Amino acid sequence: MTNQNIPMTTPVKPWTFDDYTNSYIRRAASTGIYDIRGGGAKRRVPHFDDLLFLGASMSRYPLEGYREKCDTKVKLGTRFAKNPIELDIPITIAGMSFGALSGQAKEAIGRGASAAGTSTTTGDGGMTPEERGHSSKLVYQYLPSRYGMNPDDLRKADAIEIVVGQGAKPGGGGMLLGQKISDRVAEMRNLPKGIDQRSACRHPDWTGPDDLEIKILELREITGWRIPIYVKIGGARPYFDTTLAIKAGADVVVLDGMQGGTAATQDVFIEHVGQPTLACIRPAVRALQELGMHRKVQLVLSGGIRTGADVAKALALGADAVSIGTAALIALGDNDPKLENEYNELGTTAGAYDDWHEGRDPAGITTQDPELSARLDPKTAGRRLENYLKVMTLEAQTIARACGKNHILNLEPEDLCALTIEAAAMAEIPLSGTTWIPGKTEM
Amino acid sequence: METIDLTTCTLRELNDRLQRQSEVTNENQWEVLNPKGAHAIAVGLNAPLEVLIKGSTGYYCAGMNQKAEIIVQGSVGPGVCENMMSGSVCIEGDASQYAGATGQGGLLTIKGNAASRCGISMKGINIVVYGNIGHMSAFMGQSGNLVVLGDAGDALGDSLYEARLFVRGKVSSLGADCIEKEMKQKHLDILQDLLTKSGADADVRDFKRYGSARKLYNFDIDNAGDY
Amino acid sequence: MIYLICKILIVFITVLQRMSRIDINLLINVGVHKMCGIVGLFLKDKSLEAELGLLLTDMLVTMSDRGPDSAGIAIYNNSKQQCSKITIQSMNPVEDFKEIKTKLTQLSGADLEVQIVDTHAIITIDSKDKDKIKQILKSSFTNLRIMSIGDSIEIYKEVGLPEEVANRFGLSKMTGSHGVGHTRMATESAVTTLGAHPFSTGEDQCLVHNGSLSNHNSLRRKLGRLGVNCETDNDTEVAAAYITHKMNNGFNLGDALNASLRDLDGFYTFLVGTKNGFGVLRDPIACKPAVLAETEQYVAFGSEYRALVNLPNIDDAKIWEPEPATVYFWEH
Repeated sequence: MTNQNIPMTTPVKPWTFDDYTNSYIRRAASTGIYDIRGGGAKRRVPHFDDLLFLGASMSRYPLEGYREKCDTKVKLGTRFAKNPIELDIPITIAGMSFGALSGQAKEAIGRGASAAGTSTTTGDGGMTPEERGHSSKLVYQYLPSRYGMNPDDLRKADAIEIVVGQGAKPGGGGMLLGQKISDRVAEMRNLPKGIDQRSACRHPDWTGPDDLEIKILELREITGWRIPIYVKIGGARPYFDTTLAIKAGADVVVLDGMQGGTAATQDVFIEHVGQPTLACIRPAVRALQELGMHRKVQLVLSGGIRTGADVAKALALGADAVSIGTAALIALGDNDPKLENEYNELGTTAGAYDDWHEGRDPAGITTQDPELSARLDPKTAGRRLENYLKVMTLEAQTIARACGKNHILNLEPEDLCALTIEAAAMAEIPLSGTTWIPGKTEM
Repeated sequence: METIDLTTCTLRELNDRLQRQSEVTNENQWEVLNPKGAHAIAVGLNAPLEVLIKGSTGYYCAGMNQKAEIIVQGSVGPGVCENMMSGSVCIEGDASQYAGATGQGGLLTIKGNAASRCGISMKGINIVVYGNIGHMSAFMGQSGNLVVLGDAGDALGDSLYEARLFVRGKVSSLGADCIEKEMKQKHLDILQDLLTKSGADADVRDFKRYGSARKLYNFDIDNAGDY
Repeated sequence: MIYLICKILIVFITVLQRMSRIDINLLINVGVHKMCGIVGLFLKDKSLEAELGLLLTDMLVTMSDRGPDSAGIAIYNNSKQQCSKITIQSMNPVEDFKEIKTKLTQLSGADLEVQIVDTHAIITIDSKDKDKIKQILKSSFTNLRIMSIGDSIEIYKEVGLPEEVANRFGLSKMTGSHGVGHTRMATESAVTTLGAHPFSTGEDQCLVHNGSLSNHNSLRRKLGRLGVNCETDNDTEVAAAYITHKMNNGFNLGDALNASLRDLDGFYTFLVGTKNGFGVLRDPIACKPAVLAETEQYVAFGSEYRALVNLPNIDDAKIWEPEPATVYFWEH
């Protein structure tokens, strides 16, 4: 005999096997291949939002806006190069390849960055003439794949960035799937059209910082010791990596945390390998200080830089400049809600679209399709990037003035406090309202 | 003939003088004495110079060479001719690892042996080795030709794209996606041309050809074991 | 055979970590990776023994670019029969070595000789007394570190440019049958003597390493459970301990090196010294550089060809790069 009045408990989905996880398992079971996507780590990790500036008070006086200047100029590569790079703002554009991005997107980035007085960076695929034409300062990436690498372009560059790793995949190589290997991309990279590009994860002709020192010597000899050599590392072992990069002879260290984006790699790599940007800064700065190289070898930080506040916090913690990638694309129009219908057709929604490797970007940015990429007008998009860079700079200056600084690089860790214990420990900043830095000081 | 002695002249001075020579230079014959294993000798050259290096060098000799003809009377360290674009380089002794790495053009001749990863990631360079080559040679080779009169080590041509490999001697083992392929007339012609250009004394009929099986060109889960 | 006076090298120095400047947790998590230059010389021709130090010093100094932070050398000097040597090192040699001979003689009752060489000292004793002296040093002289123990071996290592280190110890005047040297690019800024190579984990044995082991932490713990204790978080020390452990369990050097191919993970070129010989091993991937040269008079090893250019008759030598995962070994 059944009693039909027994109340059911509310259905509960397990935290461990949530909707996303179950969909991941179903997808893997159905396709037999790992999930590949673009972008950086999506999960929440301690970040700059967990830090606050203290501002001005009885003991610290602010600067007036407009009249009392707050300088934002930065020089990168002062250690060995005859011609260091002089930037008007401490925000650069990170390496993104032609191939990953459309030609129009690269042009837009060049226009916007040059108007704002800063540099852009080539990516895994070589330097295009348009890129060199539109960028007033261009950093040429030197990657394990060496696609398109050649000495003529090396001599045209304003700096060389030797890529050891990047935040999204420290230890992974580049990836470009067949859909994006168009005729032009194939020719630049010397690959058959339409195949999946496999990229090496280690450089082909050197292994280790003792060899790197010799490789840097070679690159300097080829370019007459004129231009700075950067070394880019992912957020793996920032203290040791920074130390070794300096010992190998780098002029600039570029450090990319896990929120840093990529055009395409395995999702598992992005989410589970590499440390958050916030956790990488202090070890890197400590390495610089211990070697007496802070501000002599410059530190450029990237991975989830979004606002002027992020810029100011990164500089306060010891960086000399920051670099943006994902943020620049959003400024151009990536993942814009205006295109929601088309995102829905692709099975996603504005803000979540990350299948850039498929080359079907409705915004025309991460695609090689001529129709889609024609949707992006480089001049208008360039203007948007310029606006965004200027806003970030103004915001950072506002904060710096409030902290009494007449140069943005005079921001220091003591200008900050932390909202959470994790952020306090990672950034080595006291918890707000206390003098406590977990692991370092007494409560 | 210009002579530069590295016991009295710095590496920077050597490379600077060589790099300053333009297309139409009177000084196109150079001799470098006492290299004594130094690194980055004659890198980034960009004119049809003739450079003779008397002795053995360290890493990256003739790196990114364009148009110059360079002869080394000795052995070279890792990365000789890395990323070479054009021109020709001849090593009379042995080459260390990564010889011709990522090279896009030109001809590299090694009269002795080459070590591991010879022609790694080659992108159009032609390499002719009179002796043996080491393991992982032509790894991810995209285009160009590698000709070996002696033996090849393990994992030859692993992850090969479209580079062509011709080996006369034994191959210890083939790498992922690399297979022996039929020698057709056009291949014999290419091989003969390279043997002649490099001055090698060998019969094309004694060689076997190896190339990509092309199974890794688009991802297929059943090939996952090859990655 | 004529043996030179034995010196005793003390093998391990307990690593003192400079807590105020290095974050201990970072060191432990990451370990210290070896990026550097290695040199080795094995003499077949006895007439060259008088020049061993001179030749090895030149090779060592040439590798300074690869490793400017510190240098170390192990020299094998033919032993007097029944004689052993312990090499010790001190941070305050003037203070610590004052009357050390008297003190040790008093405590041990043994017959001993002490020779002071800069921050190091060589204690020569009868072989039967070596364990006693070792115990006394460990218990009563905790401010001294044992660099090596053996019948032939002497190990010298210090912080500083290789050329300066060589000068301090008068390396170029040393004689012997074979030797091994190392120049280090340290990853800690507070460069320590104790982090330098060669590492010795057994009598007359030493190891130098170029590369980076990726499973050294697990291996250190495993060896610890077998009673083999390492004192630093140095990956090279683990490799040295592993080889010694194998050899203590009946393996000869060749077999121990072969076993290491299976148990050690990462990138490495090893140069191992034993009482009568030396051995070379590269890992199966073999990315770290290695060059060997052989004539009728010697076998030489260097991370770069540059290290070998001034050796006698180098132009006629057979020069080659060791194959991966293959043990090369020469013995007197």
